[in-house]
Amino acid sequence: MPTEILMPALSPTMEEGNLAKWLKKEGDNVAPGDIIAEIETDKATMEVEAVDEGTIGRILIEEGAEGVKVNTPIALLLGDGESASDLDNAASDSPNKDRTAEAPAPEDAPKAEAKADGGEKVPAAPKVEVASDPDIPEGIEMVPTTVREALRDAMAEEMRRDGDVFVMGEEVAEYQGAYKITQGLLQEFGDKRVVDTPITEHGFAGVGIGAAFAGLKPIVEFMTFNFAMQAMDQIINSAAKTLYMAGGQMGAPIVFRGPNGAAARVAAQHSQDYAAWYGHIPGLKVVMPYTAADAKGLLKAAIRDPNPVVFLENEILYGQSFDVPKLEDFVLPIGKARIHKQGKDATIVSFGIGMTYAIKAAEELAGEGIDVEIIDLRTIRPMDLDTVIESVKKTNRLVTVEEGFPQSSVGDHIAAQVMQRAFDYLDAPVVTIAGKDVPMPYAANLEKLALPSVVDVVEAVKAVSYRN
Amino acid sequence: MASDPKSKAASPAPLRLHVPEPEVRPGDMPDFSKVEIPKAGSVERPPIDADPESIRKLAFSIIRVLNRKGEAVGPWAGSLTDEELVQGLRHMMTLRAFDARMQMAQRQGKTSFYMQHLGEEAVSCAFRKALEPGDMNFPTYRQAGLLIANGYPMVDMMNQIYSNELDPLHGRQLPVLYSSKEHGFFTVSGNLATQFVQAVGWAMASAISGDTRIAAGWIGDGSTAESDFHSALVFASTYKAPVVLNVVNNQWAISTFQGIARGGAGTFAARGLGFGIPALRVDGNDYLAVHAVGKWAIERARSNLGPTLVEYVTYRTGAHSTSDDPSAYRPKAESDAWPLGDPVIRLKNHLTVRGAWSEERHNQAEAEILDEVISAQKEAEKHGTLHTGGRPSARDIFEGLYEEMPPHLRRQRQQAGV
Repeated sequence: MPTEILMPALSPTMEEGNLAKWLKKEGDNVAPGDIIAEIETDKATMEVEAVDEGTIGRILIEEGAEGVKVNTPIALLLGDGESASDLDNAASDSPNKDRTAEAPAPEDAPKAEAKADGGEKVPAAPKVEVASDPDIPEGIEMVPTTVREALRDAMAEEMRRDGDVFVMGEEVAEYQGAYKITQGLLQEFGDKRVVDTPITEHGFAGVGIGAAFAGLKPIVEFMTFNFAMQAMDQIINSAAKTLYMAGGQMGAPIVFRGPNGAAARVAAQHSQDYAAWYGHIPGLKVVMPYTAADAKGLLKAAIRDPNPVVFLENEILYGQSFDVPKLEDFVLPIGKARIHKQGKDATIVSFGIGMTYAIKAAEELAGEGIDVEIIDLRTIRPMDLDTVIESVKKTNRLVTVEEGFPQSSVGDHIAAQVMQRAFDYLDAPVVTIAGKDVPMPYAANLEKLALPSVVDVVEAVKAVSYRN
Repeated sequence: MASDPKSKAASPAPLRLHVPEPEVRPGDMPDFSKVEIPKAGSVERPPIDADPESIRKLAFSIIRVLNRKGEAVGPWAGSLTDEELVQGLRHMMTLRAFDARMQMAQRQGKTSFYMQHLGEEAVSCAFRKALEPGDMNFPTYRQAGLLIANGYPMVDMMNQIYSNELDPLHGRQLPVLYSSKEHGFFTVSGNLATQFVQAVGWAMASAISGDTRIAAGWIGDGSTAESDFHSALVFASTYKAPVVLNVVNNQWAISTFQGIARGGAGTFAARGLGFGIPALRVDGNDYLAVHAVGKWAIERARSNLGPTLVEYVTYRTGAHSTSDDPSAYRPKAESDAWPLGDPVIRLKNHLTVRGAWSEERHNQAEAEILDEVISAQKEAEKHGTLHTGGRPSARDIFEGLYEEMPPHLRRQRQQAGV
């Protein structure tokens, strides 16, 4: 039977790509290692090599095809003794279903202790007015935009607006960013404002902070925040504290940005969520957006902010599309949460990629008659606890969701604050969902077990609603 | 900033920022005319206790043994027998065949990630043969030759690459970031350069304990920009640590050309001179030269003469990793223009000139090696690949985090039912 040649994945996070070019045609013989086609994604171009020996029997996906899903058969290869007549059989009986199927991993749901609370509700504090996002004019065009494009647009707009803004980091210029976030910036702004640095996070974070002290507004890209560990001293002991220590004379108007948290198959040293780490530090602002609109509006705000801002992105979200309003200058306030979905039965608070679990869980729970309110924190520091507390006063139940480690997590802080400020409104103990208390393993099955799951969130909401 | 002391003196010309650029970019003709290649055999071989001051020029030359005719010439020749050289050739060919199969396995989705050694095989394969059992390497991701040349089973490497049920690291670590204490191969760190200063610490501990084992630190050209590199040189120099500090200069750190990390210094080896550390530059594609220089540096370390910095001049022929696309930043045919040639072909030619090898034997060896690699691959695949077959146990996420499992993890493990 002819062998299928499948659309390859360049990386674990790639889902689809374009078939840019066929270098072989039907009837050509190929040997293992021969380059047969070129494919491209928004990140890279790559050559497809033949794995087996044979003759290209049929090309199934023509060159120029866009959005070809990984593992789609792109051609059929005839082996020894096979001829064109074998092709038609192949096409019909190749369902190719299980190629990417993952064995279901056992889920372990947190067990919230049910604790009856029949106490009467007493207002604990005066009602707080929660500020809202800038009004988006009626009828404004919404443009589907990936998070990647939104971040790039935010930087480009701010760099056009203010000559003091520049971006530096590893691979940001010539290579257009390791994750292609700085695509096109070198071409537009030149190599004095889009600067490839030597490989030393400690070094270029320090240089960036020095440039900020001199009055420029650097955007420092870390290829991932895992690499920023060695720049911690610069970020925390210098960027966050100098304004304070210098009696207000000079601070560091700087943005540190890059992907944060787990991607896929990058294991212990490359999968950490730093929301809680940076959220702990006075002097920093910490932003962690989920949608493309928030990514754009908040990155623009971060660049304009006179303080050091840590801007935590996520590799898995880079390629996801969201509506972004087509406004001349779309800037969102740092330090304000967004109510992603109104609801009355329970509140889920999350941020960044944690939102994906929250949203899916809310959909499932809606099917079971539980109407969940979802709050996207967007900013970790300063944290908009008022919005959270207003919601808890309404729903009386709270679940927090994040991928970071469980001890001293962002959820722990929210739970403590809600207990102190809205204890009488809680009908059940707050459940905080986080990753397991272990470094991230590499193997796909173990990685899945170490992260939170939608089932965890569904179970937690049911637990705080006494619906089990 | 805000204050601007308006000086009346004649204002100087505005300052300018210098941004270094590589000689060529995609679309240009490859050009290595600025890489000075001395004649094979032309660089002196000083005694190992030479005063570092007296051998400063070795940091600016390139020690080479194999000449264009395939002969071994000069004072650095003669460190290996025919038999050892044939073995060395087989190690390099094995590493190359292993890489080719695993690169393909990644494209087939059997693993998520791979990094190959193409063009750099001599560096790690030859250096390993200069070490003694018990010596410790602190490698980067491109020194698997240290394992291959020391007889570490290929099937164990593949089990890790596939993250299957026999993965020696239990599904916890990335493919190619191997670890084997027994084979003197410290766990490769995903974060750059940390191992370089750790090698110095290990070596200092060996000296404190009155041991005889030495350490070898490894780093790439790009990562010499990291603070760890400079800290390593400070400590190695101050305490005369028994360590060999290896810089593999393969010209490219992903898309960053070597001039970015090196700056205005003539060479990476020259970084050692300011620390009073003897610094040698060697042809990294010359198996004999790598072995001879490695042996010289290792002997120094073991004789309490202190550290040596060695720069291996080579070229990364392949992509940085399976996630990289070099055509975005360098000319496609640049590797063909690399003046130091291919390490496998050069050693093959040398052995042929010596009368210890032939085209026929080479083809036979190639077939045998491919066979060994494929059998290892079949064996490993019986125990699973990334998405199919046997996998690490769910218990493995809780085990090995602490020497003894703390109660809260035990509870989590029980809740997970594993």
